[in-house]
Amino acid sequence: MDGAPHWRASELVMTISRNARLLLATLLGIGLAFIYVPLVVVVINSFNSSRTFSWPPSKFTTKWWEMALENTGVREAIKWSIIAGLSATFIALLLGTALAFAVSRYNFFGREVISLLVVLPISLPGVVTGIALNNAFTKQLGISTGLLTVVIGHATFCIVVVYNNALARLRRMGTSLQEASMDLGANGFTTFRLITLPNMASALFAGGLLAFGLSFDEIVVTTFTAGPGIETLPIWIYNNLFRPNQTPIVNVVAATLVFISIVPIYLSQRLSSDSSSGGRF
Amino acid sequence: MHKKPKLRLAALLTAPILWLVVAYLGALATLLVTAFFTIDSFTGNVIQKFNLGNFQDMFTDAAYKNVVLRTLGIAIAVTIICTILAIPMAFYMAKIAKPKSQKVLVALILTPLWASYLVKIYAWRTMLEPANGVLDWLLGPIGFNSPGFGGIAIIIGLSYLWLPYMILPIYAGLERLPNNLLDASSDLGAHNWHTFRHVILPLIFPSLIAGSMFTFSLSLGDYITATIIGGKLQMLGNVVYQNFSINLPFAATISMIPVTIMAIYLWMVRRTGALASL
Repeated sequence: MDGAPHWRASELVMTISRNARLLLATLLGIGLAFIYVPLVVVVINSFNSSRTFSWPPSKFTTKWWEMALENTGVREAIKWSIIAGLSATFIALLLGTALAFAVSRYNFFGREVISLLVVLPISLPGVVTGIALNNAFTKQLGISTGLLTVVIGHATFCIVVVYNNALARLRRMGTSLQEASMDLGANGFTTFRLITLPNMASALFAGGLLAFGLSFDEIVVTTFTAGPGIETLPIWIYNNLFRPNQTPIVNVVAATLVFISIVPIYLSQRLSSDSSSGGRF
Repeated sequence: MHKKPKLRLAALLTAPILWLVVAYLGALATLLVTAFFTIDSFTGNVIQKFNLGNFQDMFTDAAYKNVVLRTLGIAIAVTIICTILAIPMAFYMAKIAKPKSQKVLVALILTPLWASYLVKIYAWRTMLEPANGVLDWLLGPIGFNSPGFGGIAIIIGLSYLWLPYMILPIYAGLERLPNNLLDASSDLGAHNWHTFRHVILPLIFPSLIAGSMFTFSLSLGDYITATIIGGKLQMLGNVVYQNFSINLPFAATISMIPVTIMAIYLWMVRRTGALASL
């Protein structure tokens, strides 16, 4: 694929006029500026020495970064976000992979409905999923909200990304490798352990990464499923957004999250080209 | 090869189906039923007696009608803005950029998807801040002023959030589009605009629909953006959120509006093949 686009791109240049290309490049530049200027502002603002918001900053300081590092509320929130994210990702990996195996390797009644069922939790508004789960937990089942309910809520909408990644990989793999392995005398478990799983590893990693990212960033479903003691990072940010004396700390947390967003892109670009979109499309 | 296929299939399906059908769909169905209940105005407890009072209130009260229309208007505006911004960006990425810069550009579009939702809306709060915001500072000299917090701010914020979701499917659609189609069109004498209007646009239409499912549906249910940069303006999500703790049955009734609109939308676009290109 890497060889072909070269002549392809240069040939097309002939048919698109210079002016049109210039116009498109300008529009792309404006679009990228629209996307990145606010993010740059967030980063600059975290060094703004003024306690309340003022723009442009008159002086810069790193003291808010030091203060944020020692902030127990932020630390606790990060801890809860990581615990919830890892648990939800673990469940989503199990359920999503099982579902992908069933859909790709078996024929059964209702198979076509599965992809719709799986995508539903992420396509319905979070506020609907949130109040539905809250109502089911607290009113119908009598479970009080807490870490468990957050994990259940997050896992529900994380299944789809693992499922999509695993299904795409399973379809591309086909069954010939497994058949060869079993013809050579390996049993089902050995084949799964030595052939299927290693071949799926990068797809499962990409799916798991996306699931963790979704969970780590989720706020609406979390609002309705977290008990009073559970404050994930987005909930912490939301709760402190309108407290004036917390503004500098919020700015630092925000800037950190902007920097961290580069990590998954870097990882998935290195991993493989088919998962670089994260499997969202 | 598979010794007990039925047993294996059951083992694979049991847990995920229990989770998604019993837990998730069960919760949704319960919510739907709750929409037909009412609350005791003294105790605030839910009375489980079937009635259509909530739906009557929802359809007769002009305030709710306004919220529905406003939310729809915002979702449509966001979808149009994202489409207009995304097409030229995706076109440059797919058809003009060299392979190397193409990779970088895709990464540049993907990165903000991983940046926190709240951080992005918070960023727009500092951008739009009336009087001393970044937008006034940046564009003031050329005569633009920040619209302040309100409807316009919500539209800008939501367009910002969902723009990459529109760019990526269009980019993927254009990538699949063979270049010689464009060459043929221009060889036959069509100008750029003609080629775009009659060759490119019909072929990437499923991608546009796929993108619009994100921009439209994610905007419909949002209430956080409206809370942070919407000033006093309310969207459907805000009404659901506010009624949740004081009148759950009514919150359930209101939440059926975005669900119904989404269902109608999905039903309308299912023939375009957009669902398969998601």
